[in-house]
Amino acid sequence: MEHPILFINLLLELFHLPVHGGHGLLPKIIAPHVTNAWFVMLVLILSAKLFVGKIQMIPGKGQNFFEAVISGIEGFAAENMGEEGAKLMLPMIATLGIYIFIANLIGLFPGFMSPTANVNTTLSLALTVFITTHILGVKFHGVKYIKHFMGPVSWLAPLMLPIELIGHFARILSLSIRLFGNIMAKEVLLGLLFLLAGAFLGPLPIMALGVFVCFVQAFVFVLLSILYFTGAMEHAH
Amino acid sequence: MKKALLVSLLVILTMGVASVAFGQETADAKTAGLDFFIWTVIASGSCIAVAAFGGALGQSAAIKAACEGIARNPEASGKITVTMIIGLALIESLVIYALVICLIMLFANPATSKVLALMGLA
Repeated sequence: MEHPILFINLLLELFHLPVHGGHGLLPKIIAPHVTNAWFVMLVLILSAKLFVGKIQMIPGKGQNFFEAVISGIEGFAAENMGEEGAKLMLPMIATLGIYIFIANLIGLFPGFMSPTANVNTTLSLALTVFITTHILGVKFHGVKYIKHFMGPVSWLAPLMLPIELIGHFARILSLSIRLFGNIMAKEVLLGLLFLLAGAFLGPLPIMALGVFVCFVQAFVFVLLSILYFTGAMEHAH
Repeated sequence: MKKALLVSLLVILTMGVASVAFGQETADAKTAGLDFFIWTVIASGSCIAVAAFGGALGQSAAIKAACEGIARNPEASGKITVTMIIGLALIESLVIYALVICLIMLFANPATSKVLALMGLA
């Protein structure tokens, strides 16, 4: 159930682009979740350029805000990953966190759609985390990374290996569907409430809950990726 | 008294389920196809109801433990609250999995087109 009016779709219709579906590659490229994802990227890049374009010794307001956010994320990551691990993975973790938070949040604005309300976006984010986990494991441990899947005792390995592999693949499903389900449920609920009680400020409590859910889901995604990275980087039990 | 209530509830439930099979005697393709949609809706409703019930029980246990922890040690309330929120989000994700299955059953059911074809696109 998408928003009936999307500003970016209206903009694209001015150029006579097929925004309402069709065959081929072009309708998939300008699908609403893709264009809104580009919009979120544009917002983040523009705000970075505007506020942190020239880094000053005595920070202005925007630079102060972003310094607080980044140092908060780095402190939170350093608790779990250690100092050098946090410094290595901070760009990916902070990008995931800020992008997912803003992407969840624009669904609350009338005229925009959360790109994370589509399972393709969340699946791509979960696949990124999954592949990075294994690249980290191979980079830190080489071939001995396979020992992470063998379990604590060596004679349990034929039993532990399939279980651990299934658990690892289940991470993709759980990360993507958790984020997708929460944000799409929020959008469906808001759509229904606007339909039923929009004129009487009915959706307002759900919108307040929606802001909370957006933050918590971004936070849980970042926390779980930090835990997966830590599990790949540390030594096996 | 409680046992009689339980037995009578089970009898009514069984008769309700079996009556759908009784209706098949005079069925053509359209009636049989309609049963698919009826059962889909019943399954979706029951699925999310059971999931919400279980999720509420699990989350209540987490909140109860967090409240008791804060009551015993108010200085640690920040850490306990953060841990509680994380735990709640993870428990809630299981309910969300059930919700996604229900939404798939209702709105993106892959068997719908096959059943409609069998019904003669009724």
